Amino acid sequence: MSKKYILKIDSEHCKGCELCIVNCPKRVLKLSENINKLGYRYVEIVDISRCTGCGRCYLMCPDYLIEIYEEELK
Amino acid sequence: MKATKFIKPKAIKELYHNYCPGCGHGIVHRLVAEVVDELNIRDKTIGIAPVGCAVFAYDYWNFDVSEAPHGRPPAVATGVKRVLPDRIVFTYQGDGDLAAIGTAEIIHAANRSENITVIFVNNTVYGMTSGQMAPTTILGQKTLTTPYGREIYKDGYPLKVCELLSVIEGTKYLARGAVTNPKNVALTKSYIKKAFVNQIENKGFSLVEILSMCPSGLHKSPVESIEWIENELVKYFPLGVIKDV
Ligand SMILES: Cc1ncc(C[n+]2csc(CCOP(=O)(O)OP(=O)(O)O)c2C)c(N)n1
Ligand code: SF4
Ligand code: SF4
Repeated sequence: MSKKYILKIDSEHCKGCELCIVNCPKRVLKLSENINKLGYRYVEIVDISRCTGCGRCYLMCPDYLIEIYEEELK
Repeated sequence: MKATKFIKPKAIKELYHNYCPGCGHGIVHRLVAEVVDELNIRDKTIGIAPVGCAVFAYDYWNFDVSEAPHGRPPAVATGVKRVLPDRIVFTYQGDGDLAAIGTAEIIHAANRSENITVIFVNNTVYGMTSGQMAPTTILGQKTLTTPYGREIYKDGYPLKVCELLSVIEGTKYLARGAVTNPKNVALTKSYIKKAFVNQIENKGFSLVEILSMCPSGLHKSPVESIEWIENELVKYFPLGVIKDV
């Protein structure tokens, strides 16, 4: 059985600090070219299939905007 | 089946805080909240918030929090813990709060070995008032009030709070962590947990110092602030457990 990960990112409240991006070992995340309503470039997903669910992005987000869920694939 | 792996702790309220981008206070708040959840003590925890950027911590944590005048959280915590000894009482203080205006309070609370937990966020500057020199500013560090860098003969030496407190018999647990990378964040959480468990076991005064990012006060990006802490600051403030008796 393999696993798939779902990242829920609240990008409307992201302040673009980039701490999740630089700490992701799989380069899953990047800064968007767009700006959110707070006026910041926000974090977005490049390729979720590379995510291993390690939680480093969750650990480093100072604003608690990342939630990680695990899905079992048959 | 969708299973939760990482979600924010219950001891953090469902709202957004006002810290600057990349500020370490947010991470430290979450670590305290995770420990409170894991120890299942949310109903009996009382936090004492400082003056400084964390002044609104009572709005962010989902348990009882009181406010104290600048530097006086250890005095307020002493009163609360003595009146309500079955509660888990902790202070949350910046380096301006704890190591400058509150030096007398922290030393005497430690010396009395008050059975409280102290979370001491060392970001080397007075963040809230725009980044003036703090007692913890390192030599050569440029701040608003040391524009050419901190100098020994004008400004004195940076204060090592954990080392200073370590010679006081009343201190039972002293550790210094950092919130600069996932490994340090996990280690810091283990120090915070130990400092809360000590109180539950009535061991006496426990303090965890945390090297933290103040990108606005340091005039660096969040990532540059982390590099500076990991490359420069830890040389003067080494990480690890300093005392555990
Ligand atoms: C009695 C008193 N003196 C001075 C101040 C002004 N003041 C507000 S916050 C602060 C410094 C806070 O710095 P720190 O404790 O390091 O916390 P940070 O903002 O960096 O988290 C000062 C001096 C005050 N509010 N009350
Ligand atoms: S869980 Fe790990 S691999 Fe997945 S995005 Fe976060 S840091 Fe990257
Ligand atoms: S001034 Fe510094 S300590 Fe205060 S919220 Fe901004 S980054 Fe955080």
